[in-house]
Amino acid sequence: MTSLLSVKDLHVGFGRDARANEVVSGVSFELQAGQTLGIVGESGSGKSVTALSVNRLVDFGGGRITAGKITLERAGGDVLDLTSASRHQLRQMRGRDIGMIFQEPMTSLNPVHTIGRQIEEAFRINRGLHGRDSVDAAREVLERVRIPDAQSRLGYYPHQLSGGMRQRVMIAMALASAPRLLIADEPTTALDVTVQAQIMGLLTELRDETGMAMIFITHDIGLVAGIADQIMVMQNGVVVEQNDTSSVLDNPQHDYTKHLLEAVPHFSSGQSARNDGKRATGVEPVVAVDDLVVRFPTGKSWLHKGGAVHAVDGVDFDLLPGETLAIVGESGSGKSTAARAMLGLVGKTRGRIDRSTGAEHRPIQMVFQDPYASLNPRLNVESLLAEPAIAAGHRKDQTLRERMTFLLEKVELSADALTRFPHQFSGGQRQRLCVARALMLNPEILVLDEAVSALDVSVQARVLDLLVELQQEFGLAYLFISHDMAVVERIAHRVAVMYAGQIVEIGDAASVLANPQHSYTKRLISAVPMVGQRKRHYTLDHTQIPSLVRAAGYEPPAARWREVGADHQVRIEEPA
Amino acid sequence: MHILRALIRHPSGRIGGAIILLLLIAAICGALGLTPHDPIKAFPPDRLKPPSATYWMGTDLLGRDTASRLMLGIGLSFIVAFASVICATIAGTVIGLFAAWWGRPWDGIFMRTMDVLLAFPAILLALLIISIVGPGPMTSIVAIAIVYTPIFARVVRGPALSLKHREFIDAARTFGSSESYILTRHLLLNLIAPLTVQFTLALAWSLLTEAGLSFLGLGTQPPSPSLGLMLSESRNLMQHAPWLMLFPGLTVMIGVLGFNLTGDALRDILDPRTQERGA
Repeated sequence: MTSLLSVKDLHVGFGRDARANEVVSGVSFELQAGQTLGIVGESGSGKSVTALSVNRLVDFGGGRITAGKITLERAGGDVLDLTSASRHQLRQMRGRDIGMIFQEPMTSLNPVHTIGRQIEEAFRINRGLHGRDSVDAAREVLERVRIPDAQSRLGYYPHQLSGGMRQRVMIAMALASAPRLLIADEPTTALDVTVQAQIMGLLTELRDETGMAMIFITHDIGLVAGIADQIMVMQNGVVVEQNDTSSVLDNPQHDYTKHLLEAVPHFSSGQSARNDGKRATGVEPVVAVDDLVVRFPTGKSWLHKGGAVHAVDGVDFDLLPGETLAIVGESGSGKSTAARAMLGLVGKTRGRIDRSTGAEHRPIQMVFQDPYASLNPRLNVESLLAEPAIAAGHRKDQTLRERMTFLLEKVELSADALTRFPHQFSGGQRQRLCVARALMLNPEILVLDEAVSALDVSVQARVLDLLVELQQEFGLAYLFISHDMAVVERIAHRVAVMYAGQIVEIGDAASVLANPQHSYTKRLISAVPMVGQRKRHYTLDHTQIPSLVRAAGYEPPAARWREVGADHQVRIEEPA
Repeated sequence: MHILRALIRHPSGRIGGAIILLLLIAAICGALGLTPHDPIKAFPPDRLKPPSATYWMGTDLLGRDTASRLMLGIGLSFIVAFASVICATIAGTVIGLFAAWWGRPWDGIFMRTMDVLLAFPAILLALLIISIVGPGPMTSIVAIAIVYTPIFARVVRGPALSLKHREFIDAARTFGSSESYILTRHLLLNLIAPLTVQFTLALAWSLLTEAGLSFLGLGTQPPSPSLGLMLSESRNLMQHAPWLMLFPGLTVMIGVLGFNLTGDALRDILDPRTQERGA
């Protein structure tokens, strides 16, 4: 049996001298119908370029295939050599034989057309359907990607849909031509973990229904475990390991694969939660947050009193010295807003944030998600690190320089970094700079807002270790905001789960992660991808996050709590 | 320093820079009195002489050397152009920065005022000011500065608005940095690139506007020469002494070209996308 797609010794280069600037060198693989190939690698490993070479989209990015052969068996049975195909043949091939979905569903959809029109266009071009037929086909395909109420959704614009819905629309468009091969380039990276599980479930179901082959590109080796038949691990444009899924995961041969498998934070349902620094009773908390409420008014005009977005609605927690409280939740759950309110970056509507009344005043500091955006590109490291001290009224003198060098050493950067600029550092180094800067004022509490989310997995692991070391050395209390349960398990002593602006479950990390009580916590934890789970069956559900826009004067019902363990409380779910 | 080096390496930067340098040298010599002949004093015996070895660019109706007058004129035109653009840059930056930083309602008030100013032609505004204070180089400076202020305000406000929501500004707030520190070190420092480009391009326009105002007799007053004034004086003698018009005209053209080329080169050099490659 000939394979659907066969890639032999593929070399792809960029720029004027494509042979000299090779990004992919010597990639070969075979893919049968109905099979899934997972390509795993960190940023810059050449995984996306490999996939884009298959449908020759790489040409539009300035890339050139310098050597190798890509052959695709087309629907009629004839074999097409994609490296030498004419532009006309390529255009026919794209869409009809090979469909593609991208990482960012908002930018891949045209914002000025309704999704119905965009799907109909796909049918018109690829299947020659017109008028009524194309509308019917669009509705059908939306139903196939499990979008409820498909008929009325056809008239929606992309911005009216959630991220997960938009990705479903993208999948629907790719399906419009009944492709024999679907290339999915990090299709779930921009999505929340429960939505990710939905999309993964949908993709496996569709693959089994249609018998199409799939190339699944991801940086998350745990995610690919649940869907792929074969795995190809790439590093610096070279395939370092390639085999069927179980062999690669259970018996990795190459050091880099082993390293990736180790570095990926494995989620183990609370078993690997930290057991240092258990809560002691009778210790004065460094901060106690009581009934924190943040609301943003909407659509207010002088004629009509508008409602408000209840971003944070009645949040209570406290933080002991040297303790990590992780706040987990999905986008829009209000976790970042709560953190920002603590630092005064957003105004709170009401509530109290009580700081301990110690002798010395140690401030709260914050580390942000994006290490590229949180450092001013025009200032050198010395000016960047000096800023908090200058703001606190210190002068740039010898003592201050010594403190900078000391902290740079603590975050494992050399002292000659002082004269360099942010763009001369890698993402992980920048994030360590941000940590050093936040420590300049010797804070008591560090708020880490998705501080490791933008980093590659191996870098992420090192930063996490560093954070734990620093916490022990300086006695820092961390408020760790994250959506990633596996990362949270590594660093948190306690976990608070936020959903729709409210804490629904809070307590000891091991207890919450091992024994989740609230239905949302359960959903969140079951959606976490795990290396141990192969050929995973995802069940589809359509639970929607409730709208946070409330009428003026609305107050949520008072929370009632149920004690689960010594330090584990869950909010009692009110029937809606 | 590295910007200067990059400017020399850039083809249009090299040409534009050379033109500006040449004109600047001529202007400085003119200002220091290092001219071949006296640019102001009339010498009737040699009136309307065509270009020759003695008078490189010929002489005018009063026998004054065109080349010498041009050297002095370039200086006066440049002073007006530079002074007005510097004023416009400062005023525009301050207005744009505060409009972006304070937000509503100041943003609306400032920017709508700028829109109104932008709708005024420079000449009309100059007439208005002249009717109050009388003509002269100061009037030109004020008029040109007012006309170009809105352009700088807009150039600053757009990027400042997006910078305002960048995380490093939030980070600065969490340290408790003062507003003036944030405005200067975080906002202004990141606006230097667009401002430099705009500054150079505005010099080209203001050189042209100054020539226009002087041509109409609203700017520099005789007997001081300025490019526009020299053009205006040569108008009636166009057929008898074409050199009187040719050389000042060419100077204006080359000057504008020089500033435009330099501005284009600076835009390429300061563009972060091209900067990344060098880093």
